[in-house]
Order: sequence, then structure tokens, then C-alpha cells
Amino acid sequence: MANMAQAIRMALHYGEENLGVKDIFGEDVGAPLGGAFTATQGLKTAWNSPLDERGIIGMAMGIAMAGERCVAEIQFADYIFNTIDLLKIAGNTHWVSNGQYSMPLVVITPVGAGIRGSVYHSHSFDAWASRLQGWKVVMPSNALDCYGLLLSAIEDPNPILFLQPKALMRSRGEELIPGEPESEKELKAMIDAPIGDRSKWKPKWPKLEKYTVPIGKGKITRQGDQITVVSCGRHLLLCNEVADALKQEGISVEVIDLRSIYPYDWAMIKSSVQKTGRVLFVNEDTEVTNFGEHLAYRVTQELFYQLLARPRVLAGKNVPGIGLHPNLEDATVPQKHEIERDIREILAEVP
Amino acid sequence: MSKKTTAKSTSKTLSTKSSSAELKKLPKELLIQMHSLMVKSRVLEERLIKIYKAGDAFFWIGGPGEEAFGVPLGLQVKKGQGPEYDYLHLHYRCTPTLIAMGMPMIDSIRLIMNRATDPSTGGRNFSNHYCYPKWNVVPVSSPIEVQYIQALGTAHVQKRHNKKALTIVTGGDAGTAEGDFASCLVWASRKGHELPMLITVQNNFWGISTSYHGQHGETFIADRAKAFNIRSRVINGNDPIESYIAIQEEMDYIRKTGKPSFIEAQLSRLYGHSSASGANLNTQEVDCLKEFEAKLLKAGYLKEKEVQELWQSYEQEGFEAQQLVRSEAGPAAETIWDHVFVNNENADWRKF
Ligand SMILES: Cc1ncc(C[n+]2csc(CCOP(=O)(O)OP(=O)(O)O)c2C)c(N)n1
Repeated sequence: MANMAQAIRMALHYGEENLGVKDIFGEDVGAPLGGAFTATQGLKTAWNSPLDERGIIGMAMGIAMAGERCVAEIQFADYIFNTIDLLKIAGNTHWVSNGQYSMPLVVITPVGAGIRGSVYHSHSFDAWASRLQGWKVVMPSNALDCYGLLLSAIEDPNPILFLQPKALMRSRGEELIPGEPESEKELKAMIDAPIGDRSKWKPKWPKLEKYTVPIGKGKITRQGDQITVVSCGRHLLLCNEVADALKQEGISVEVIDLRSIYPYDWAMIKSSVQKTGRVLFVNEDTEVTNFGEHLAYRVTQELFYQLLARPRVLAGKNVPGIGLHPNLEDATVPQKHEIERDIREILAEVP
Repeated sequence: MSKKTTAKSTSKTLSTKSSSAELKKLPKELLIQMHSLMVKSRVLEERLIKIYKAGDAFFWIGGPGEEAFGVPLGLQVKKGQGPEYDYLHLHYRCTPTLIAMGMPMIDSIRLIMNRATDPSTGGRNFSNHYCYPKWNVVPVSSPIEVQYIQALGTAHVQKRHNKKALTIVTGGDAGTAEGDFASCLVWASRKGHELPMLITVQNNFWGISTSYHGQHGETFIADRAKAFNIRSRVINGNDPIESYIAIQEEMDYIRKTGKPSFIEAQLSRLYGHSSASGANLNTQEVDCLKEFEAKLLKAGYLKEKEVQELWQSYEQEGFEAQQLVRSEAGPAAETIWDHVFVNNENADWRKF
């Protein structure tokens, strides 16, 4: 099974070969490194940019306005903040030109905690990103979705922010990407660059097939009828684990993998909450003005009289950074036991 | 231009010198055409100011005083759509360039009066924030200097197409303090990856109320390009002949070599920064159009009467356009949801 970094690489390769991608660029994206997480190794259109995030986004916008497809990387989402006005412009160009120019570009960037990355390698960006009007924002939780979402992102005519949960870059999925060899070893030998001298190395790409995950569509990863838990990315996996554990006790948790943060799959959330009457939103961006709050608000507005408990948001603590020591990181971003605690509390509420 | 004179005094003195030998540097018909377009652009800008002052617009910003640079620039653009033609990443003082490219006056009036008929933004953005995909004029946006890095992308694609097309980027002097200006020089000049770009700065020696003097350690802004091995020059942007020739030479160089070139054009800001500062004529500044017109009259290229009629005919065009646009509708309220995303999908979350 491919890990997420390999899935990204294969999707980008598919994009180069079949979807017209002509530039994949960013800091250390080209040879010899092929990306800080190796997600761009061996790609024929990958190149190293100057160390300049604003230049990277500006370049991508210009390429898009000239009608070509590119994928630009910001090495860590922690360093995307100085581009935020450019992201605003990329998101408003279609609107402000009254539909005359579009901005078909993909920005990929690793997000979130979970690798002991301390203050500047742990930032989340989903809540910020949800305020970038005109952008679609996606975040996969497994390798197959990652492949499928990235192909959809490349094909989409709008700007797409592709958030990669960095703690999952080495995690393997449970389903094969269409065309991927069954053996992990074989895949590694084909597409992972060797340690040491890579100057003569070339990847041997598997015969990949097209597989897309539609943007805006979530996925129910655990069926249940007592409570709905909505998450995405790294925390989705924690929610699945909690749901599995609680199942042993006879507690039935429905878990929704949002996959797209914007536009989001309201139909899926709505029908699930109508069934369960209880809902918890989980993500690791900071809790004040968190995207989960918007969803909780919408639930209260549209489903108020069907609710059996107050909707809740479990998110990162509202502090300026994520500290290096595990005590600090773990106290800052939602942990498994907190997800479980909140589920139990919500279930215990009597309407 | 002599490097010994200070930047400010240079722009004042050079434009006042007059010689008929200078006129001979370009064909007479071209000079007359440039003059006509400069008048048209000036009349249009003065019309826009009148529209603002009459209460028919919320805000004015524009380029009166920049005609001697903007018109020669617009005339030399390889005009069309797509990477085989020149791209223009302009700022909000580029009416002269658009007029030279063939923009009708009424387009600009529809823009400042924010009508649904505004071809650039459909009533969404400020005056002089043009957008013409058919001429590769990408949307002018208000944030200073961001055009300098977006220009890299169109130039990058043009390099790949290798059809001798280039990317033009314009902006003011104060904005060069932004990091995006430095980014542009860095990315445009990478060895082996040089980009076909005409990078220009229209130096009017002001950033709103802040004087150029006291904000710059470099002798000329153009000197900064030299550090990146980008060919660069300082010109008197109040002189349309000098501007035309400089732009021609630099465009030739870029099309031939695929490498960037830099022009700092020193010129005047004739009506202040914008309507926020009153939009009144500043008689202290050199008026490039007055000077050029005087030269053409003196040389007998134009007659007083012709000149009067020219101004009047453009005045009439602008006036009539304003009357017509007054009767046109603004954009409908529900159109706020149009074009949030391509094909109008997913605009309103309430409808997901
Ligand atoms: C990033 C940004 N900061 C501030 C402003 C407000 N602003 C508009 S024009 C301007 C001055 C620009 O001066 P200059 O670059 O010299 O161009 P000029 O207007 O003189 O042609 C300022 C500060 C802005 N539009 N964008």
C-alpha cells in the first residue's frame, strides 16, 4: 500500500502525463531532494524555486492566468501566512474580473501537529483557509483519497488549497491506488529515490489509472446512530479509533470524513445529525473562530429542534503556538481521550 | 540621462529642453498619433475627475501626467490573447496605455461609474482597475506591488512558448519598497531561467503624501536591477519621444534575448494621488502633453485650430459617454454570488 507521500507523487505524475500539469515547484521540490516529505521525487516537471513564498504564489497565479496548470508547494503551512493577501487575490480574481479570468491552480502544503514540530512546523491552516473566498480547500485522511482529491484539484478550474496532514505522510492506506503494485516493496523500488547519489536515478512509474474523489463530498467512515463525529485529516483517524473502541461498549458512533473543508458536504452532515441528534466537530486548528464553529452554528440554525444535545467543537487551544515538549503539544491539540470524553459527555446530555 | 543630476531635478529640466532635431527621431505620423492619444487619455482622465466631482462616482484614481510614457508603451504592445502575445500587469495609472491600445473612452467611464456594463469588473472595482483578457491585460488590483510577482508566471509560460512575446509590469516608486519588487528581480534574473519581462517603474517621486526623497538610499531605482544583471535605464518619462525609443529598444532586446529589462521612467503626477487628495491640477509639475504639443506646434506639425478641434472632439466624446452611462443600470444585488467560483457553482453556502 502506498503511503500518502507516494500517493501525492503518483497523483502529480498522473497530472503531468494526463492532465496538463507543466510546473510543480516550490522550495526543494525538484531534484535532488524532491520535497521535504519526498512527495515530489522523480517528477519530470518539478523544479526548485527561490526561497520566497510570495514569489511562489505569485508565479503560480501568473501561470494560471496564462492558462496553464501548475502545482505550487509551500514547504510548511506555517510559512504560508506571508502570502495571505495573494491568496485573497487568487480567490477574488475570477469574481473581480466578473468571470473573465480564472485561477486554476493547486497549492499543496503540509499542515498540523503530531510530529513534535514545535512552534513553526505544527500550524494548522484550515480555519484560515475557510475564510479565503473563491478557494476550495481539501484535506485527505488516507492515501487513496489523497490521490483522488489531488486529481480532482488539478482538474478543477478554481484555486485549490490541498492541505496535507504532515503526520500522515508516511501512513499507509487500506486500499490500493488504481494501478499501484500490490507489494509495498515493489512500489518503493519503483518510485522512491535511493539514499545517496541520485543523479542517475529515474523512477519507474506504475501504470496509474484515473481515480477522482469529488471535491465537496465527504465520506462516512463509521456507521452509527447515537452521535455524529465530523472531522478530517489526522484527527479523522483518531475519531475512527475512538468509534471502534466505543463500539465494544455498544456505543454507536457515526464518523464523517469531511475531505473537503470548502465547499463542505452539508447534505451528509445534515442527514447524519437528523438521525443521531448529537454532533461533535473535531479539528486541530485553534478554537476561537474555528471552522467547526461555522458547522456547529449551521447545525443549530437548521436542525435545532431535532437536536438531543448541544453541538460541540473540539479544537486546538487558543494559544499562540504549539510547544515542543510533548506535554505542551498534547495539551494544545485534541487528543484521543478528549474525543472520547466529549462523545461520552454529549451522549450523557438529557434534552 | 546624467547620473550627476538628482532624480527630481532631472525630470524637471530634461523635459523643458526643446529641439526640432529631437522630433526627427520618429516619423511625423507617429508623433501626431501619439499626441492625439495623449490628448484623448488626458481628456478622459479629466472627465473621470469631473464625474467624481459631480458626485457620479465614489472615487477617482488615474494617470494624468503619465501620457508621455503610457502611450508609447501601449502603442508597442504585441496585442492579443494568450502566451503568444504580450501580457500587461498594470497598476492604477495606466489609462494612457489602454487608450493607446484602443480602449474606448466609454469603457473607463462605465468602470468609474460602477455600472453593470463596465467591461472590466461589472461595477465591482475602482476606476482605472482595468481588465481585458482579449489584450492580456490581467486585472489591476489595489494592493501595491503584487503585480510584480504575478508577472513572473505569465513570463514563465511565455518563455516556454518561445514566441518572442513578453510580459510588461508597471508600478510606482514608493511601492518598490515592498518585498514583491525584490522578488520580481530575483525570479526574473535566475541564471539560465531569465524571464522575458519589461519591468518598469513610473517614478513620480511621491507615494500619496510621502516624498521619494528621504525614503530611498539607492541613487536610482533602476540601479537595483543592475545588482541582478538586469539591463536597466533611467529615462525622462515626460518625453514621449525618449520614452518611445527606450521602450522600443528594450522590447527589441527582450524579444531577441528572452531576458528581462528594466526602465525607470521619471514623470509627473498632475492631479495628486487620487480623489482622496482632492484631484486638483498641480501646476508645479511638468505637463508632458503641454510641452509636446508646444513642440509639435512650433515645428509646424500641427496647427492651433487642429489642436483645438482635437481637444474638443474628445471632450465631446467624453461628455456624451457620461450622459449615456448615467442612464445605464448598476449591477443587480443578487449578482454578488456570480463568479465566486467558475461556472457559478457552490457560491452560497446556504445552498450547499
Ligand atoms: C500593499 C498596499 N499598501 C498600501 C496601499 C495604499 N496605497 C495606495 S497607493 C499608495 C502609494 C503608492 O505610491 P507609488 O508606488 O509611488 O505609486 P503612485 O501612486 O505614486 O503612482 C499607497 C500607500 C495599498 N494600496 N497597498
